[in-house]
Amino acid sequence: MEKYNSIQFESNPRDITSHVLIDLYKTMLRIRRVQLKIEAEYPKDEMKTPVHLCLGQEAIPAGVCAHLEKEDYVFSNYRGHGHYLAKGGNLKALIAELYGRTTGCSGSRGGSMHIIDTSAGFLGTSSIVAGSIPIATGAALGFLLEGRANVSCVFFGDGAVDEGVLYESINFAMLKKLPVIYICENNFYAVCSAQKNRQALDNIHQRFAGCGIPGYRADGNNVVEVWRTAKEAIENARNGGGPSLIEFRTYRWRGHSGGDNDVSLGYRTQEELDEWMNKCPLKNFEQFLRAENLITEEEIRDMEIAIDREIEEAFTFAQASPLPDEKDLLKHLYKDGK
Amino acid sequence: MAKISFDWDSKSIEREESGFEHAVEQKKRKISYAAALYETFDELLRLDERIFIMGQGADDPFGMFGATLNLHKKHGAKRVFDTPLSEEGLTGIAIGAALAGRRPIYMHNRPDFLLCAMNQLVNHASKWSYMFGGKTNVPLVIWAAIGRGWGSGAQHSQSLQGLFMHIPGLKLVMPSTPYDAKGLLVSSVLDENPVIILEHRWLLKHTGYAPDNLYSIPFGKGVIRKSGRDLTIVGASYMIIEAQRAAEELEKKGVSVEVIDLRSLKPLDEELILSSVKKTGRLLIVDTGWKTGGVSAEIAAVVAEKGLNYLKEPIKRLSSPDVPTPAGYVLEKKFYPEANEIIKAATELAGEKS
Repeated sequence: MEKYNSIQFESNPRDITSHVLIDLYKTMLRIRRVQLKIEAEYPKDEMKTPVHLCLGQEAIPAGVCAHLEKEDYVFSNYRGHGHYLAKGGNLKALIAELYGRTTGCSGSRGGSMHIIDTSAGFLGTSSIVAGSIPIATGAALGFLLEGRANVSCVFFGDGAVDEGVLYESINFAMLKKLPVIYICENNFYAVCSAQKNRQALDNIHQRFAGCGIPGYRADGNNVVEVWRTAKEAIENARNGGGPSLIEFRTYRWRGHSGGDNDVSLGYRTQEELDEWMNKCPLKNFEQFLRAENLITEEEIRDMEIAIDREIEEAFTFAQASPLPDEKDLLKHLYKDGK
Repeated sequence: MAKISFDWDSKSIEREESGFEHAVEQKKRKISYAAALYETFDELLRLDERIFIMGQGADDPFGMFGATLNLHKKHGAKRVFDTPLSEEGLTGIAIGAALAGRRPIYMHNRPDFLLCAMNQLVNHASKWSYMFGGKTNVPLVIWAAIGRGWGSGAQHSQSLQGLFMHIPGLKLVMPSTPYDAKGLLVSSVLDENPVIILEHRWLLKHTGYAPDNLYSIPFGKGVIRKSGRDLTIVGASYMIIEAQRAAEELEKKGVSVEVIDLRSLKPLDEELILSSVKKTGRLLIVDTGWKTGGVSAEIAAVVAEKGLNYLKEPIKRLSSPDVPTPAGYVLEKKFYPEANEIIKAATELAGEKS
């Protein structure tokens, strides 16, 4: 085991090809740079929507979505940009949505908290905590009823574990052995409320055991560990083994909403933040890839340039896109306009 | 993509006749309201493999008042199944199945239980089309039967149509005849959006005319159950039965009553209400729900906004008083407005003619 800062990676992992490792890095890097660009542009007040950045949590969407087919479904929450991008959601449409444009992925009706790309199998996000958990469970029921060999994944935070509907959903998922994977991104805070002030035990990964659902706990900042854990759970679901829960432990670098360090609020300490930023999912993985000679500094720079160009294009596209016409306010309430 | 095994357009028919079935029902097939529902579910399950029915007790010996009785034996336990008592979770699960291309019908013995599911109904089902700019939609049917009588009490007899009517993105139907129950059920399952069907338990044993084929009734189209000149009574569901009883008595007193059955509350047939009020100049609204902020308030507001000049008298409303349903039979009887109260209110509005 090689140790890079606080994260350990195996040398020459046998179950994961170098191609996959590079892809994981690229997916994380893209999410990271999109988030940083949004954060940089946000103070201009042109994106008039509450953004919930996933900086520091990039390894989870990258490692999980690497196992998903286009026809598999992903559901998420208000902190969903990373999941959207990792599942293949259109970047231009995401940025345009933040700018409230008609070309936005939700036609200017969703904003940052409600994003979708059905062509990529990303079926929507809820800003009601735990709201998309039963919906993802139902999509898995739909797959089962139709005889489709797809899986449904739902991302949620530690706050969702407080909600009753989660337990209603997992009971049914096990009852019908549904191909659904519950992915908890435990970043230890619901807005400013610490997990330890809300939950008697720090045991999210064990919470589903009472329903007979296997639970995993893994380092959510180690993309290889994320990839491996997700692989097992997703393969199990695809093979008819039913639902799984994965608790990924991670940390949100920014405030609940918006950019910037929010340590001054007093609910968490700079020391805690520093400790987790030291466990950066990207930086540590990059050091590992370099040490293993899987990627060169130049290749990384090329990757960054290509990603930044794509991001620039997306922002230019968004800013140049038309704003909605006021007369369309009532449109899309019902399908078929009925 | 989901396989569609049934060509809806060629099979479903739009209702052309208007008016009331009882004029012709003597000659035609009469069945009970519950039987009309049963045969519709049966046929829908046979025709479209995407459709499935779930609900607490859907496959039990009561079979949702007979509406789903033994359908699981005919169509398989995968497509007609019992659910855990997890109304919020199962509503979200139905939404998800709909997003995956299925056509779920989620049934409840009572609308009271839907209150446990409001987060998924209001925050999710009603919003999943608009909130995502029409990129997806939720073809979901929620069915529940309003209870009444025999001490059902405060938590087993609520008429919650006012709550659902308030929510953009939901549709709401409240049939009163076996014919409409069948046609509106077909329309609800056909619809690409979430539809709530509120039945009334006292209607389930009523009999009436319904053809044995499938047909659909468009939403937002009420019918004139009885034409009249002096007064319009507007309502839906079980209140139409009471209104028709009252109308017969009022005719004997020389008061000519027009009874309008709205059939769907969202969308609402404003045109029919306004054209009738224009003719009669008097409006009595009847509703099984509460008075404050509910269906009767909304209908009154529509007429006040768009038809105030038609009115010869102030609008009257008959609905439940603003208290929970009492269980004891003396108070319970007083709680529900019936034909007698309708006659009294109508007479106050139109005066005694003879």
